[in-house]
Amino acid sequence: MAASTTQTLAAGAPARRNITGSLIGIAAIIVIGIIGYYLFPNNLALLTRIIATALLVLSIDLVTGYCGVATLGHAALFGAGAYAAGIASAHYGISDPLLMTLVGALAGAVAGLVSGLIILRAHGLPQLVLSIAVIHLFHEAANKASSWTGGSDGLSGIAPTALLGLFEFDLWGRTAYIYGLALLLIVFVLLQLLVRSPFGMLARGVREDPLRISAMGASVQSVLLRMYVISGVVAGIGGALSAMSTQVVGLDSLSFTLSAESLVMLVLGGTGSLYGALVGTVSFMWFEDVVSAANPFHWLTMVGALLIAVVLFAPRGLYGTAAALVQRLKGGRA
Amino acid sequence: MQTVFSIAVDALAYGMVLFVISIGLSVTMGLMRVVNLAHGAFAMIGGYVASYAARDLGLGYAAAVLLAVAGTVLIAIPIERLLYRRVYGAPELTQVLMTIGITFCIIGIANFVFGPTLKTIPLPDTLRGSVDLGFRSIATHRIFAIICGLVVAAALWFLIEKTAFGIKLRAAVDNAAMAAALGVRTEIVYAVSFAVAIGLAALGGVVGAELLPVEPYYALRYMVTFLVVVSVGGAGSIPGALLACLLLGAIDTTGRYLAPEYGEFFFYLAVIVIVILFPRGLAGRFK
Amino acid sequence: MIPLFGVQNLNKSFGGLAVTNNVSLSLAAGDRLALIGPNGAGKTTFVNLVTGNLLPNSGTVRLAGQDVTRRNAMERVRLGLVRSFQVTRLFYGMTPEEHLALAVLQREGKSGRMVGRYQAMPEVMDEVRDILDLLGLLELSHLKVREIAYGQQRLLEIALALALRPKVLLLDEPAAGVPQSETARIEQALDKLPPDLAVLMIEHDMDLVFRFAKRVIVLAAGTVIFDGSPQDVTKDARVREAYLGSYANVGSAA
Repeated sequence: MAASTTQTLAAGAPARRNITGSLIGIAAIIVIGIIGYYLFPNNLALLTRIIATALLVLSIDLVTGYCGVATLGHAALFGAGAYAAGIASAHYGISDPLLMTLVGALAGAVAGLVSGLIILRAHGLPQLVLSIAVIHLFHEAANKASSWTGGSDGLSGIAPTALLGLFEFDLWGRTAYIYGLALLLIVFVLLQLLVRSPFGMLARGVREDPLRISAMGASVQSVLLRMYVISGVVAGIGGALSAMSTQVVGLDSLSFTLSAESLVMLVLGGTGSLYGALVGTVSFMWFEDVVSAANPFHWLTMVGALLIAVVLFAPRGLYGTAAALVQRLKGGRA
Repeated sequence: MQTVFSIAVDALAYGMVLFVISIGLSVTMGLMRVVNLAHGAFAMIGGYVASYAARDLGLGYAAAVLLAVAGTVLIAIPIERLLYRRVYGAPELTQVLMTIGITFCIIGIANFVFGPTLKTIPLPDTLRGSVDLGFRSIATHRIFAIICGLVVAAALWFLIEKTAFGIKLRAAVDNAAMAAALGVRTEIVYAVSFAVAIGLAALGGVVGAELLPVEPYYALRYMVTFLVVVSVGGAGSIPGALLACLLLGAIDTTGRYLAPEYGEFFFYLAVIVIVILFPRGLAGRFK
Repeated sequence: MIPLFGVQNLNKSFGGLAVTNNVSLSLAAGDRLALIGPNGAGKTTFVNLVTGNLLPNSGTVRLAGQDVTRRNAMERVRLGLVRSFQVTRLFYGMTPEEHLALAVLQREGKSGRMVGRYQAMPEVMDEVRDILDLLGLLELSHLKVREIAYGQQRLLEIALALALRPKVLLLDEPAAGVPQSETARIEQALDKLPPDLAVLMIEHDMDLVFRFAKRVIVLAAGTVIFDGSPQDVTKDARVREAYLGSYANVGSAA
C-alpha cells in the first residue's frame, strides 16, 4: 500500500511539473510580447520578423532537435509558405489573413514532404549536402518562375484584408504583430502537446537510436517524414506571417543564408527544447539588430564571435546550458 | 563546336580550381571528421594576401603566391590550436556553429580591413593573353589553372602513396585509434595535414581568383560549393574529389553557358541525383 | 506441433566465405533453445539473417506460418519476432517507464498519436508498471537510462522485448558484460518469461545455457554440428573438437 502511494506520487509529480512548466512558458511569451509592444512601438516590424523567424526555428527544432536530422535547407519550407500566401493574395485575390495563413501552412507541408523525401535518403554529411541542394533548387526555381514570384524583384501586390473583418493591417504593424503573437502562442501550445505525445516520444527515440526503433517494429522513415510535414506546417505559417506583415516576398526567404542563420539560432538557444528555439531566435536577432546599428563595420565579426563563444562556453546552447545549471543547483539543494 | 570547346576548357579550369581548394578540406574531413564550413574563408585570405603583396607591396606573381600560402597557414595555426581543437569529435551541429562563427569573423575582418570591393591579383605578362592552338586559342590563365590542378593532384598522389608520411596519413584516415596504437603520432599527422590543407586552399584562392573573384563574402558564397564537392567525391578520397570537381565543374559551367537563366539549378539537381545514387560519395567505400 | 518459427537450408557467404552453411532449425511455442558456438562460428551473421538485417543467399525463413525470407526487420517484428541486443541499445536520455510505454504504444498501434500523454492512458500505465515490477525495475522507472547500472540496462532490454508481446524471442547474449554477481538477476528474469513464448538464446555463458535451455544447437564454421539435449552436448565428440580445437582449454569455453 505504502509502495503504491509512492508510485502514484512519483508518477504524478513530473506530470504536474510539466503542466506548470507549460503555463509558465505561455505566460512568459504573453508578457514578453506585451512588453515588446509597449517598449518598441516603432519597431513592431522587427518584432514581427522575429516571431516569423521563431516559427521557422521551432520548425527546425522539430526535425533537428527532436529527430536528429541536421539540415541547412529549412528555409525551403518557410519560403514555400511565404510565396504561397503571397501568390494567393497577389494573383488569386485570396487576401483574408486566416485563409492566407492556411495556404502558407499547406504549402509548407507540401514543401516539407518534398524536402523530407529527398533529404532523408542520406545520413550525416551527405544529408547536410542534400539539404543545401534542396534550398538552392527551391531558390533557383522561384527565381526562374518570375511571372509567379516576381523573380529577383520580389513578389509585391500582397494586400491582406482586415483580420476577422475588423482589424486592418496598419502602417505601424500593430495588427500584424498581435496576429503573429497569437499564431506563435497557438503553435507553441500545440507543439508542446505534440512533443509530449506518444508520437513526440517516438521521435525522441528515433533521435537516440533509429536501429532500436525499427527493432520495436516502428518505421523510422515514416516518423521522420511525418515530422517533416508537421515542421512544414509550422514553417509555412511563419512564411505566411512574414508575407502578410511585410507585404512583399523576396528570394531571401528561400535562401541558404536564412536556412543557415536559423539553424544557428536553434543551436545558439539549445536544440531539443521549444524554449531553446525561442531563446535562440530572440537573442540572435536582437543581438544582430543592436550590433549592426551600433557598429556597421564590425557587426558580422561580433556575431561570429558570439557563435564561437557559445560553442566554447555554453555548448548546450543558451537555454540548454542555463537549464542544466538550474538543474544542478536544484540537485545540490535536494 | 566552338562553344563546346570553350565550355570544355572553362569547365576543366573551373574544376581544377575547385579541386585545388577543396582537396585539403576533403583530406581533413576524412581525417579529423570536422564539418569545416570555414575552409573557403582560408582560400579567401590567400586571395587577399596575394592581392596585397602584388598590388601594394609590388611583389611579383610567384612571390605573391608563396607569401599568400605561407601567410594563410600562419594565420590558420592559432585558429586551429585555439578553436578547431575544441570541436574535434564534437557533434556535427556544434562544428557547424563553430566554423560558421569563424567564417563570419573572417568575413567581418576582411570587410573592415580591405573594404567591400573586389580585389584583383594582377597576372604576370606570361599568364595574360592566350595561347594559339592552331584551330582555337585558349586564355593562358586557364591553362595555368589546369596545370596547377594537375600538379597538385600528382604531388598529393606522390605524398600519399609513396612517402612514409602518406602511409601514416592513410592509416590515420582508416582508423585513427589503431594508427595511434601502432605508434603513429596522430597529432603530428593532423597538424601537418591541416597546414597542407590550408596552404592548398590559399593556393587555390590565388590561382582561381579570375574565376572566383576575391571579395569579403567569398567565404560564404563558395562555402557550400566546396562542401558539396567533398561530399560528392567522398571525404578523404583524392580520386573521388578530382572526379567530383571535374564532373560538377562541367555541369555547372555547361549550365551557365547554355541555360544561364536557371542559375545553379542543374548543378544542385545533379548533386541530389549523385548523392542519392552514391550516398558514400563517388569514391566511397562500403562499410 | 506446427513450428512458430523455422529456417530451412539457410546459406550466406561473404565474398566466397560461407559464414552460414545450410542451417536449419525450428521453434515451437514454449521452446527454450540455446545456440552456442566458438568465436567466429557465425552466430552474429545467423542472428542478422533471422532478424532480417541480412538477406540469405539461399534458404527460407518462416514465421507464424508465413514465408518472411524477403521481409525486412520491421515487418518481422510486427509478425511477432522480437530481439534483444548483445550490446544494449537503449534511449539513454529517456526513462525505463518511457521505454516500455513506447513499446506498448507501438504494439497497440498507438505510437503515432500526436495528442494525449501515455501517463493519462491507464491501460498503458498498468502494463508498464506490471512489466517493470516483474523485472524489479519499478523503483528506477523515472531515472534516465544512462544513470542506471549496466545490469539493470540488460534487464530493461528484456523488459522492452517482453512489452512487444512477441511470439518468438531472440535473446542475443542476454548476460553479456554483466558481472558474475549480477547474472542471477538475469536468470531470474529469464525464468519469468511467459511459458508459451518460443525463445532462441545465443549465449557464451554455459552455466546460463544449462540452466535455461531444454535444447542446444552448436554452430561451428557456419554449420550445425550438434542438435540435442544440454546433457549430451559436452559428451559429443564433434563439439569437443570444435571447442578444444580453437581454445587452449575447456575452462575458457565454459
